Amino acid sequence: MPPVIAHHSPRRAALTRLGGIALAALGGASLLACDKLAEATGQRAGFRGIDITGADYGREFRLTDVDGRERTLADFRGKLVLLYFGFVQCPDVCPTALTRAAEVKRMLGPDGDKLQVIFVTVDPDRDTPEMLRQYMAAFDPSFVALRGDAERLKATATEFKVYYKQVPTGSSYTMDHTALSYVFDTQGRLRLALRHEQTAQDYAHDLALLLRPA
Amino acid sequence: MQRMTLTLAALVLASASASAHAQVTVSDAWVRGTVPQQKATGAFMHIAAEQDVRLIAGASPVAGVVEIHEMAMEGNVMKMRELKGGLPIAKGATAELKPGGYHVMLMDLKQTLKGGETVPVTLTFEDAVSKKTFTRELMAPVKALGGATSGPHSGQHKH
Ligand SMILES: [Cu+2]
Repeated sequence: MPPVIAHHSPRRAALTRLGGIALAALGGASLLACDKLAEATGQRAGFRGIDITGADYGREFRLTDVDGRERTLADFRGKLVLLYFGFVQCPDVCPTALTRAAEVKRMLGPDGDKLQVIFVTVDPDRDTPEMLRQYMAAFDPSFVALRGDAERLKATATEFKVYYKQVPTGSSYTMDHTALSYVFDTQGRLRLALRHEQTAQDYAHDLALLLRPA
Repeated sequence: MQRMTLTLAALVLASASASAHAQVTVSDAWVRGTVPQQKATGAFMHIAAEQDVRLIAGASPVAGVVEIHEMAMEGNVMKMRELKGGLPIAKGATAELKPGGYHVMLMDLKQTLKGGETVPVTLTFEDAVSKKTFTRELMAPVKALGGATSGPHSGQHKH
């Protein structure tokens, strides 16, 4: 199997430093560093989310869709991609994020067709393709769900600095996971990390900015 | 139309113990719908207490396991935990079990929960003073998965 990622893109010194900090604290604290970065660059661009343009991570994925096809970021070139990691058994955060994504798509009006929402399961053992198919359909038929085996998932999460962990509860388990929505521009470049606390309006605002000709 | 579902307050059924323990009122209950094979979801509601009480357990015929949970963001990581000691509700206060905070977690689901259905839920409370327990039964309407926003989180999970 080829590695999930092969990449060498120009990096900004600041972002490389940030990457080091974030890697060292891969978990709750990692985005604190990004918040600093947002102050430096995000506000200038007018984004409400965290501007991670030029980041040296989150460049590619290679995962399987519910029909068994391998999908990579390049398949979605020409569209804005909103990428979210979660799991179907989540009672709260994941359905809220996907409901918001569907609302954002509507808020974009005719440009809604230019947005591709992608859900990557961090719980591939339980989230079967059929379950994912129905789960996506409940929010928006255009949403794509992707999964990978444990190894592929781990590699992808590492590439995106996404934290996930099984936590036992009762006779079952739940998943802790990073609840950011990553946004790629139509050229396939990672541009934004949108926080769970942000509103659909915030999301639509930033996506509209990315669609505006420079 | 989803608003209609939302405004449908939970039907709090009078139970035998209701008159003896009129400490809590449950309203605005709803359960998030599921897709086939999905084994877990959350129930949300408002609970007003006239006395210091503690929500210590739940049960439902649609779920094998019911727990009282807290969801919290730590940094940008979502963490969900069982409230081992239950959820304390102070006299005169209303606890909001809502997305981004607390919920009654329904696990080991025995069936798919479709929008428009109602789910019976029994909540067990403990009187903080007497330590006596009592139950409340409610019928929580199911809100279709993806049917409406659960509202932007106001950012605060704790009171
Ligand atoms: Cu839970």
